Amino acid sequence: MKNRTEANPRESEYTLFLGCTVPVRALNYEISARKVAEKLALHLSDIPDFSCCGYPIKSVNRYAYLLMAARNLALAEKKGLPLCTLCSACCGSLTEANHEIQEDEKLRKRINKDLFEWVGLRYEGGIRVTHFIRILDQEVGSLRISEQVLADLSSLRVAPHYGCHYTKPSTIYRRTEDPEDPKSLDELIKATGAQSIQYEDKLQCCGGGVLAIDEKIALAMAHKKLDHLQAQQADAMILICPFCNVMYEGNQRKIEKTFQTEYKMPILYYPQLLGLALGLEPDELGMKMNRVRTTELVKKINRRAD
Amino acid sequence: MIDSRTFDPNFKFLISSEPGGENIKKCFSCGTCTAGCPVREVTDDYNPRRIIRMAILGMKKEVLSSLSIWLCSSCYTCFERCPQDVRIPELMNAIKNIAVREGYLPSSMKSQLNLLASYGRLLEVTDFENEKRKESDLPLLHGQTEDIKKILEKLGFYREEQDRG
Repeated sequence: MKNRTEANPRESEYTLFLGCTVPVRALNYEISARKVAEKLALHLSDIPDFSCCGYPIKSVNRYAYLLMAARNLALAEKKGLPLCTLCSACCGSLTEANHEIQEDEKLRKRINKDLFEWVGLRYEGGIRVTHFIRILDQEVGSLRISEQVLADLSSLRVAPHYGCHYTKPSTIYRRTEDPEDPKSLDELIKATGAQSIQYEDKLQCCGGGVLAIDEKIALAMAHKKLDHLQAQQADAMILICPFCNVMYEGNQRKIEKTFQTEYKMPILYYPQLLGLALGLEPDELGMKMNRVRTTELVKKINRRAD
Repeated sequence: MIDSRTFDPNFKFLISSEPGGENIKKCFSCGTCTAGCPVREVTDDYNPRRIIRMAILGMKKEVLSSLSIWLCSSCYTCFERCPQDVRIPELMNAIKNIAVREGYLPSSMKSQLNLLASYGRLLEVTDFENEKRKESDLPLLHGQTEDIKKILEKLGFYREEQDRG
């Protein structure tokens, strides 16, 4: 199997894959990710023709999902850089499709025949797919991050939410980390100086996967987790997926209303937390777009004397 | 009460020949999937062990027409824990793919297909979004649509008339 990009020496260059939710509903995630990438010398480039990753139609028709994923991978292959996603579901769906296409020659031929005939593209299997947070974890590393920290976040007690598709199914990620005991996000939080707290059902799903089918069930799932966070008096929840955000921040008021409770739980994307630690201003990290106010949390941060 | 005379003994073979459903016959009903399922924790409407048992018994119509098969949140907790490698979320997708072919497509999924055909994404990138992106110094996006529409059309999941009617 050709694996050109895996051996590519320009390791710090990536093509950014935005997917559906990020560019419309999670601009603060995108803004903060691009800002911290710049600070850490990661170069992210764009392909405006990317579409949805294909994940939403996997349940309707697996082949249609594979074709949509392959189309995106083909566009990325033209550019020759590894693909970096912000959404965990995009990462899972593109990674799975990528391996399947790379390993199954018959499938690859069928996909390329249809893809070429219908949209004029081919995918030869030469692209690596990864998650922005995985790049911070594996390629930048907690040590290099902690060396660049300029603000004191040590009074912040934040709750990491790994979500599902960042580690699972572990087979598609070649078991990069144990999905029953992941550590990367905790380590990345600690690298910012903030405290990464433990809480009940830490690895539980946000419920986003059933939101379109049954809102009541999805809200009940997110509600349980917000309860567990509140019990630990977390200052904020730290996310790495825009769809988890739809559940915990976008639907937080609806959950409060439905279950007659109040959280006012700030929800931050990890790059926002990291950006604050690196000395960036809240405005530069899109914090104005956070729906739950983050002013109290920001007040707890001590800026180190310049 | 179930009536075994209505069972379709070939249903499990149909599922095991569908990508993702290959390992259904390995299930020995231990219930590990259901015990750790976060959806099952908040509702009785979803029970993966029950769905798999019904499928193996051959209760084809009951399984395919049930909304229950659409309630898997794809968290993959059961996928990691299943001692028989049944790969439950993929199995549910295989069953759903069959259900769609048999005419059972939930309305919310139909809307998602139409959105994908129209915008190439689940959420439309309008001038308003691009204006907001411009203000935030983010690159503008194309409201690219034709390729995805073409793919869905070719596979029979979208017809132009749907748009107008």
